[in-house]
Amino acid sequence: MILAIVEHDRGTLNELTLQALAVARDLGDVEAVILGSAGAGLAEELGAHGVSKVHVADHELLADYGPDAWAETTRQLADAIGAEVVLAIGSDRGNEVMAHIAARLDAPMVANVISVTPGEDWGVVRVRWGGSLHEEALVVAPLKLLTVAPHALAASEVGGPQAEVVPFMPSLSDEGVTRVIDRATLAEGITLATAPIVVSGGRGVGSAENFSILEELADQFGGVVGCSRVATNNGWRPHSDQVGQTGTRVAPDLYIACGISGAIQHWVGMMASKKVMAINTDAEAPMVTKADYALVGNLHEIVPAIIEEIRNRRG
Amino acid sequence: MRILVCIKRVPAPGARIVVEPDGQTIDTANLGFTISPHEECAVEAAVQLVEQHGGNVTVMTLGPEGAEEQLRHAVSVGATDAILIPAGERDWDPQATARALTDAIGDAESDGAFDLILFGNESADSGGYQVGVRVSRALGRPMVNGIKGIEIGKGVVTLRRETDGGSELYELPLPAVVGVKEGITLPRYPTLRGRLASKKADVRTFEAGEQPGGQSMVALANPPEQVKQTVMLTDAAAAVDVMEELGLL
Ligand SMILES: Cc1cc2nc3c(=O)[nH]c(=O)nc-3n(C[C@H](O)[C@H](O)[C@H](O)COP(=O)(O)OP(=O)(O)OC[C@H]3O[C@@H](n4cnc5c(N)ncnc54)[C@H](O)[C@@H]3O)c2cc1C
Ligand SMILES: Nc1ncnc2c1ncn2[C@@H]1O[C@H](COP(=O)(O)O)[C@@H](O)[C@H]1O
Repeated sequence: MILAIVEHDRGTLNELTLQALAVARDLGDVEAVILGSAGAGLAEELGAHGVSKVHVADHELLADYGPDAWAETTRQLADAIGAEVVLAIGSDRGNEVMAHIAARLDAPMVANVISVTPGEDWGVVRVRWGGSLHEEALVVAPLKLLTVAPHALAASEVGGPQAEVVPFMPSLSDEGVTRVIDRATLAEGITLATAPIVVSGGRGVGSAENFSILEELADQFGGVVGCSRVATNNGWRPHSDQVGQTGTRVAPDLYIACGISGAIQHWVGMMASKKVMAINTDAEAPMVTKADYALVGNLHEIVPAIIEEIRNRRG
Repeated sequence: MRILVCIKRVPAPGARIVVEPDGQTIDTANLGFTISPHEECAVEAAVQLVEQHGGNVTVMTLGPEGAEEQLRHAVSVGATDAILIPAGERDWDPQATARALTDAIGDAESDGAFDLILFGNESADSGGYQVGVRVSRALGRPMVNGIKGIEIGKGVVTLRRETDGGSELYELPLPAVVGVKEGITLPRYPTLRGRLASKKADVRTFEAGEQPGGQSMVALANPPEQVKQTVMLTDAAAAVDVMEELGLL
């Protein structure tokens, strides 16, 4: 039996969690754990995604997120129901909670798998380098602890009946338990991760001030400006604008890369874009050869010319 | 304050990662090596904390002899001393890595515990998201990963983590373990004085036996690549034509 950790935001299931459920269903009967009491209303949707039973864990220490309490609760539940696999999405929380479970059991944990083959020894394929390399590995352990790489598989409904909801009371002590003590909410709006158009700049932009033409181009479509690590490291842009392996993953309708060479660590952050347009002086740059559309030339001339052309056409 | 930062030597690939024909390693013949950006920022964060509160920063790595280069780089940007756990050219699995680091930390702490141990959020190459958590558990110290803000208070450390909609605050009693994310601060470049210090620095070694865990690598492979026919655009007007076709205007 497979125990899936469900992530939700005040009762709305995380789309990524649903992707993990698609992987879980292929491995066997799926039960889910929801930490904190807010999630009991999710039984219908989880049922539709193939979950037969939802364990709603309730405890004072689960009132807000905490890696220790989440891990300890899940470990106790997996033990109680005889789970063979515990699985979560490879999100910040999913990976963190799974690592805490693994550390408690001193058992292996495989992060960011894209396929799982059960057997005597379990075979898995996982991603390395933020997704630019695949690793085939073997896992030997009575309880397999896996996280699923985000966007490895699409979420899909299987039309199952509403999942049965059962309460679970973990036995937790607050000694040495780490949890959120306060939170701040950002102003809502279009973010880099959700913008339909991203105009990104790299070393070729040359300075913080020069990013203003990229801002202006993004403004034409209600888009957002992103950047490469060189732009961040030079202090031209904040790290929150960085796209890539150690920055934000984006998937806009159009990604316009200005003066970015297309290193693999940048590419993994934007390869999910529907269309890529490269503006670069170097026709051989990987960003140019891998893009859908490319303009070879100086971005300091091309970007203003594009803005002017858009303005002309709009009248 | 005594702070330890655990860093890992990784190759710095360019546009493509080339796997050797045996599928066991990646071709590094023409590559330089670096430490992961998260860990680079962890070193910088540690150096800044020590500049504020006094103390020293130790860096530790498990890896090939060549990893001395990354330890010395950390010294050139402000770390005080360095420990290498020789492990040969092959990656150790996450459990083996964590066990060896835990042993080496125990040895380094014979004259007192580190107040803070910093890890990267995940290693750049393997990305297992677990070595730091395992070490924290073995040491019986609290740990949070993904941290973009650290402040030291009286006997506690306050940590900030960013989430989709905002941020979360954590407060841990010291000694504690923290997984740092790039963006916490900007890493500095080595100064001339730092470079000299790094040349003279004494890199201690700690021998740890390899105690493998339950995950073993079979082979590496490149994911299938989509080959695209790039449409070359001649001028700004052609680019705007495309934007129109895509329904963006
Ligand atoms: C572990 C690891 C993680 C990393 N994570 C990230 C990450 O998350 N995100 C990231 O971006 N990088 C990341 N990097 C860094 C990455 O390897 C590259 O160094 C970086 O992406 C290069 O940035 P760039 O393309 O802006 O600069 P460069 O590679 O220097 O490219 C600049 C480009 O601009 C072009 N150009 C110059 N002038 C002009 C002009 N006037 N007009 C038009 N084009 C011009 C040049 O032809 C060139 O192609 C990581 C590296 C490592 C080792
Ligand atoms: N070989 C190593 N030597 C020193 N530190 C390491 C090593 N491997 C991993 N780490 C640390 O553990 C963190 C998490 O690694 P990982 O679990 O591989 O994602 C890294 O960011 C490093 O800080």
